[in-house]
Amino acid sequence: MAAATASRSGLRSALPLLAPAYLWMTVAIFLPLSAMVFFSFMTELPLSGKPWAFTLGNYAAFFSQSLYLTLLLASLRLGLEVTLWCIVIGYPAAYVLAKVLKGRSREAIFLLVILPFWSNGLVRIFSWAMVLREGGILDTALNAVLPFKINIDLMYSYPAVIIGLVHSYVPYMVLTCYLTLQAIDDSLIEAGRSLGASRLQVLKRVIIPLSMPGLVAGAALIFVPVVGSFMEPRILGGRTGTFYGTVIEDQFVAVFNWPLGAALSFILLAVVLVILAVASPVLKRAA
Amino acid sequence: MATTRILEWLGRLYIWLLLAFLYLPIIIMALMSFNVSPFYQLPFEWTTEWYASLWQNDQLIAATWNSVEIAVITTIICTVLGSAASLALYRNEFRGKKFLQALLFPPIAIPWLITGTAMLIFFFGVGIGRGLHAILLGHVALALPYVIVVVSARLQTFAPELEEAARSLGANQWQVTQRVTLPWIMPGVIAGGLFAFAVSFDQFVVSYFLATPGQTTLPVEIYAAIRKGFTPEINAVSTIIIVVSMALMLLTARFFKFGGEK
Repeated sequence: MAAATASRSGLRSALPLLAPAYLWMTVAIFLPLSAMVFFSFMTELPLSGKPWAFTLGNYAAFFSQSLYLTLLLASLRLGLEVTLWCIVIGYPAAYVLAKVLKGRSREAIFLLVILPFWSNGLVRIFSWAMVLREGGILDTALNAVLPFKINIDLMYSYPAVIIGLVHSYVPYMVLTCYLTLQAIDDSLIEAGRSLGASRLQVLKRVIIPLSMPGLVAGAALIFVPVVGSFMEPRILGGRTGTFYGTVIEDQFVAVFNWPLGAALSFILLAVVLVILAVASPVLKRAA
Repeated sequence: MATTRILEWLGRLYIWLLLAFLYLPIIIMALMSFNVSPFYQLPFEWTTEWYASLWQNDQLIAATWNSVEIAVITTIICTVLGSAASLALYRNEFRGKKFLQALLFPPIAIPWLITGTAMLIFFFGVGIGRGLHAILLGHVALALPYVIVVVSARLQTFAPELEEAARSLGANQWQVTQRVTLPWIMPGVIAGGLFAFAVSFDQFVVSYFLATPGQTTLPVEIYAAIRKGFTPEINAVSTIIIVVSMALMLLTARFFKFGGEK
């Protein structure tokens, strides 16, 4: 495998080792993404047997029917809300992990926070369905404790979608913020304090600015997949769970309007790329 | 400093609350998979009936085997191709190297919904079609960047002088790679392989668009079952999956540290 070529530097000696991996990614990722752009300008898929022609109709559909734009905005709002909740919940946790806990307990708890992230997302969303539905665990537990009868049925609602998504993505925020917070030299914090700054001032003027790359990285890593989510809104949102992602899913598995689906996907891709481009200067500074 | 101590105590409490938020639903699901009532009614009565009925569900078992097979093949292909690419990127300087390294990030950063639908269109368009082979093709492409990034990180800790020394002692390129470089990067290769396995085994979105009714993976089958309604059997199989994937990640974490520090 590692060819017997002498280790003369250059593309020629790198090529035999590089080509298989990059060819594979080209065939299965880069060409499909290009093909999607191409198909989004067609009336029918070329191989479907039906006659096809180039058209701008799929994009016209997006801009002429307010439904798609409304759903895209709803998805962007969902992404924003989930990201904000993840910051509110995840940042303090990252701070405690980086600056309060020490030694082995820090390592163990860090691992515990990150671990669920690597387990199956679908299954974790499903586990919330059991907690949130009427007659589910939350309902039963609260009614057992409270003296009056209440009905908790969060299932198939917007809050359920938010809870499920925050649960799925908050470990990302903890991870990225932890990495930048940990790199802050404790003496900087002490210096600020000894010069008379209050805890809040140190937080605002020293800690948050220095950990900004982690916050931005976490926000980008959460916002982008949430805007494209469809499985979570489907399972936890029910009929209220119609978002941009679920509409794209429908075009491919229910309505079978692939060219329109491709156009909608490509619009989403463009939005995602703009967001990543905006975030990248901050990320580069961190690297 | 009394305030400091109170704040630290609150901080610890907060972390435990977060852990409760993260783990409670999973624990409840696991408990309910052992509950007699199929409608998750309390009081809790112990049973293993749902696990037993899993064995009777041929569709679920077939999908499980598909998932395992695809994950294992993905792992093998990705570790071989990914390690080779990492070595090539490490050893050689050439124009466009930065570009090739930058190309690793779109597959990680672009939502799987977009990648998955794009694969569906392209594979259908060029005649590859859908099914297990298409799922495998997609999984390898998704997991490769992770493997290359992880193995490259391990290679950063490698001292090139070791290769020089081996060469000056008369070893040829193949011997240098096999006897010096590979043993050194092995923890990275193993961690990368576990990553690849996890990416494939837990992959839902891309598999979902590439699956056909007879040729599906476990997550796709579970999604279909959830949309039909709740059943305790899904709880049971979900519990098994979550235990397997968490165990796998604990294993990865061990190798990762081993790779990072020594």
